[in-house]
Amino acid sequence: MSLFHRHRGLTPYLLLAPGILFLGVFFVVPLGFLAYQSLESGNIDFGYAFTWAWSNYGDALRNYRAQFIRSLEYAGIATALALVLSYPVAYWIAFRGGRWKNLLLLFIVAPFFVTYLIRTLAWETILSDNGFVVNTLQSLHVLGPGGRLLATSTAVVAGITYNFLPFMALPLYVSLEQIDGRLIEAAEDLYASKLHAFLRVTLPLSLPGIVAGTLLTFIPAAGDFINAQLLGSTNNHMIGNVIQSKFLEQADYPAAAAMSFILMAGILVAVFLYARLVGTEQLTGTAA
Amino acid sequence: MSAVAVPARRERPGFLAAAWAFVKRHLLTVYSILFFAYLLLPIAVVIVFSFNNPTGKFNYTWQGFTWNNWRYWDGVPGIRSSIVLSLQIALLASLVATALGTAIALALVRYSFRGRGSTNILIFLPLSAPEIVLGASLLTLFLNLNVVFGFWTILIAHIMFCISFAVVTVKARLVGFDRHLEEAAMDLGANEWTTFRKVTLPLIAPAILAALLLCFAISIDDFVVTYFNSGNRITFPLFVWGAARIGAPPQVNVIGTAIFVIALTAMLVNVLVQMRRSKGAT
Repeated sequence: MSLFHRHRGLTPYLLLAPGILFLGVFFVVPLGFLAYQSLESGNIDFGYAFTWAWSNYGDALRNYRAQFIRSLEYAGIATALALVLSYPVAYWIAFRGGRWKNLLLLFIVAPFFVTYLIRTLAWETILSDNGFVVNTLQSLHVLGPGGRLLATSTAVVAGITYNFLPFMALPLYVSLEQIDGRLIEAAEDLYASKLHAFLRVTLPLSLPGIVAGTLLTFIPAAGDFINAQLLGSTNNHMIGNVIQSKFLEQADYPAAAAMSFILMAGILVAVFLYARLVGTEQLTGTAA
Repeated sequence: MSAVAVPARRERPGFLAAAWAFVKRHLLTVYSILFFAYLLLPIAVVIVFSFNNPTGKFNYTWQGFTWNNWRYWDGVPGIRSSIVLSLQIALLASLVATALGTAIALALVRYSFRGRGSTNILIFLPLSAPEIVLGASLLTLFLNLNVVFGFWTILIAHIMFCISFAVVTVKARLVGFDRHLEEAAMDLGANEWTTFRKVTLPLIAPAILAALLLCFAISIDDFVVTYFNSGNRITFPLFVWGAARIGAPPQVNVIGTAIFVIALTAMLVNVLVQMRRSKGAT
């Protein structure tokens, strides 16, 4: 008789209770409060009252349409860039890493050991107006004499790409590492060219990693406001910047709450479209 | 003419093919090295600029070498108290979240019960929601209940987003766990609690330690959720945020470098031990 059979009754619930209760009170209930708040109307001086104010959603979409679109656009571009940049390296570590694999993976996650804000500030230094990157690009006439990188969408997208790169590279590595090398050899024995073997064998088998990496990169990127704040100008502000300032500076809670839900809905729609693209079983496979 | 030209023609494609083969063979390696340089460049900037001696308030361009930022690492008002607060929160949050998360992981892997599926979803959701939504929803809860923002609201927020990470980390270890060891202990007369203490706990100890370290690292790095729920208390990331608006002092780089070196050392030791173990195994 194992523990499993003897205490089927109460034990699991006793083990779950404290943690689940905590998540219930401080994760689920707050989402309810956020929903409630998003339907309130009024202003900060006279207080807010619940009035089923669905117009908050329409107003948010109308007034901040550009920021919503920009968030999904920046996050989408950064995710695609992260995928293209890190796939070859994940492949290299998985198939050529040998016994240095773990050490090379450590390099991949090394950026996470520097505080998020500090590594973003480091990009601010690198891309600054008198920095060597801008100077080099100016001398190559890629940038004009007064041209800058800071306060442009390029800088914001580059910052987002960099900050979430390990989220893409790690799942890619995990799925590539699991591929049995003999399958690729078999494809080549059957006269597939190297490119063909890659496209027909390696790439499909690494799809779970691509899906997981895409979601892990896209979701936090769409909600980010730090890169836009530190590397961009107000022209590059994303919806995260608006939500943040509505909540903490203007105290316009209903509008900010409505925007938070629209952001989540936008992410869900994007994930759904992506799922249609790659196949649903891939998505639930990584989610389970 | 053709007798002269042919050998030359034959040689050139041969050379080109060899060069092309060389590039093709090493292209991936060269690219990977460039990729790592790109990944590590900002880290190098953080470290180098911790030794900079800026003349103005902006630590953007290299002015000259100095040890002073390291010697007077707490020479900026507020930096020391922000670090102390971050350490306190990270320590408490990782302890509580790991305890709660380990219990959930044990329940999920060991028992089949009604609501197992929905528990799994509840654990997965905080990991997949954008941080700004986690921070904002907790803010509305505290606002509506008129809770005073400060130490406790920060701590609650950190425990909340750490629990799922702890569950996932411990669960991964429990899945590959040999349950016969526990059955053997119970057959030999140990009761359930003794079995847990003497057999289960030592076996999952590495996973619990990993969960603790992960939660600690996530907590000490968190900005977004903290920013929404901190009131007027300032953690280290919040200090950096405030400082960045007026030009971050080089001491920020000093602390950043110190955190990086500590974390890297811990991970390097771990990786080297693993490499030695796998080398011994083969």
